[in-house]
Amino acid sequence: MSNGANGKEPHMIIENIDLAFGGTKAITDISFTVYKGEICAVIGPNGAGKSSMLNVINGVYIPQKGSITFEGKKFSKMKPHSAAVMGIGRTFQNIALFSGMSVVENIMTGRNLMMKSTWIENALGIGRCKREEIEHREACEEIIEFLGLQSIRKTQVSALSYGLQKRVELGRALAAEPKMLLLDEPIAGMNIDEKLDMACFIQEVNYNRGTTIVLIEHDMGVVMDISDHVVVMDYGAKIGDGTPEEVKNDQKVIDAYLGVSH
Amino acid sequence: MYYRETGQNVSSYAEDRRMVPVREDRWIMWTFLAIMFFVVPFWANDYWLSAILIPIMVLSIATLGLNIATGYTGQLSLGSAGFMCFGAFTAFNLLFRVEWMNIWLAFLCAGIVAGLVGIIFGLPSLRIKGFYLLVSTLCAQFFAEWFFNAYPWFLNYTSSGVVALPPFHYRFLPFQDQIFDFFGLEKDYNAYVWRYLIALIVTVLLTVACKNMIRSSTGRNWMAVRDMDIAANVIGIPVGKTKLNAFFVSCFYTGIAGAMYSYCYIGNVDFMIYNLRRSFLIMFMLILGGLGSILGSFLGAIFVYCWPILVTRFGDAVFGGGTLDTAFVENNSKIIVGTIIVLLLIYEPMGFAGLWNTIKHRLRIWPFRT
Repeated sequence: MSNGANGKEPHMIIENIDLAFGGTKAITDISFTVYKGEICAVIGPNGAGKSSMLNVINGVYIPQKGSITFEGKKFSKMKPHSAAVMGIGRTFQNIALFSGMSVVENIMTGRNLMMKSTWIENALGIGRCKREEIEHREACEEIIEFLGLQSIRKTQVSALSYGLQKRVELGRALAAEPKMLLLDEPIAGMNIDEKLDMACFIQEVNYNRGTTIVLIEHDMGVVMDISDHVVVMDYGAKIGDGTPEEVKNDQKVIDAYLGVSH
Repeated sequence: MYYRETGQNVSSYAEDRRMVPVREDRWIMWTFLAIMFFVVPFWANDYWLSAILIPIMVLSIATLGLNIATGYTGQLSLGSAGFMCFGAFTAFNLLFRVEWMNIWLAFLCAGIVAGLVGIIFGLPSLRIKGFYLLVSTLCAQFFAEWFFNAYPWFLNYTSSGVVALPPFHYRFLPFQDQIFDFFGLEKDYNAYVWRYLIALIVTVLLTVACKNMIRSSTGRNWMAVRDMDIAANVIGIPVGKTKLNAFFVSCFYTGIAGAMYSYCYIGNVDFMIYNLRRSFLIMFMLILGGLGSILGSFLGAIFVYCWPILVTRFGDAVFGGGTLDTAFVENNSKIIVGTIIVLLLIYEPMGFAGLWNTIKHRLRIWPFRT
């Protein structure tokens, strides 16, 4: 592990995770470390268990074995809610926006954890309600500006194009000011311009906000360009781990991607 | 045309989250409210108050209640009338048994009791969704009927099951007797004009509260759970709590609507009228009005309640009152209403609220077309 040698502080340590659905093993004994402030890419062929891995990290799936240490605290399982409270943000492979709401409402929903006003205060429009709404709206507008969504802020998200929806989803995750962001195929299915935009956004978030980023991606060009650390999975097991350079030259990884003659 | 939104720019976020964003709409709203409060009570006769305006308001609030659970939070419910029943009996028992109780506090308690009952019947929503939940909320319906049958104390042991509400139940002002004496008013506190004003005040307050919730974090949480509950969970919305909260608020509204139904509309409490048919009716109002729209709840209630009356009146006017068999007119009105419902749902699945949005959009760019 080259990054460990650089003396970086680990942000999340994943140890011996096993996940099975009935008799189907999705993940077998996976361990890796994500360091603070890095962009870590998880790659691998389809069905390698990458998305399942993200789902384990933020508690959507509960692993049979293993542990996750996030910022020094060790968990044998996460709960989605507590993962969000601890500062793990997430986007989904097949967009999971709130389709009936506008862009700004979606992003505001991302800040839900920071809003303390109760439903009674909200109903009567008293107390913290109005002040919070305005305060958080300001923060959301910053994100809207950063992602260039100003002109569509009041548009219902179901009316937006795929690329824009992905962008809104990133915005919603950013609104929560996460310490770690899990991105599941953030640039899949986009054209080249959209891909470049998104890659820039990811790098900017990483650089300016210091957010640790774990992303799953199939576009090797982008992965090798932006990530500091690559984890390769195949058939639910880890087959490679290191810098992009190391991984590129790893025989096991080459075999998994190109096939091997027996 | 009428909409001149151009040039109405906002310069602060406070202005941007106004309840009614367009200036013309605000004028219309204030004029409408002024008419409802200051003109209608003096002008309208008992028929208009008792048979049109009061029931529309009561049913609108019931629909709004169902809208919160079904339209905004996506939890199907078919127990509305059951929750209304709990609301009505809570209000009755408080006003009947507690000396110092007034009608406002009784309505509030009616809402709270119905809301708590709603939480109990909302518990299955933590595990099941959609049509299965619909079936489990049916329990509320049958539970209410069984409960008030089994415990006649709540009905004050009335053998017929219909409890009359005498004028002294209507305590809506402090020092009511003295005030009525002072102005030399007749002390029939259950006159339709007072019932109308009570219903109007409750309706306005509950509508404003609903709008406030929808445009704040509460409403966003509800809608997040409706649209994508896994994503909601992942961004830290407590899904179970949000569902129960929605059930509470929904049944709070429905419970108050139940109390209003008895106190403002029919003037007695009768657990047999809070039957499954009424739950279905409220659901029709919601679907026709448009899920997830406050305006839709009102439009739906107005349409479903008024249309049969209009059709009957129209039939009378065209064919001469009394010349046609009433059953014939009634059946035809049902056929026409049914046809309109089917056509509306084919062409405008979002109901009247959707229709209104389309019209608004057309007006905005008139005389050009989309």
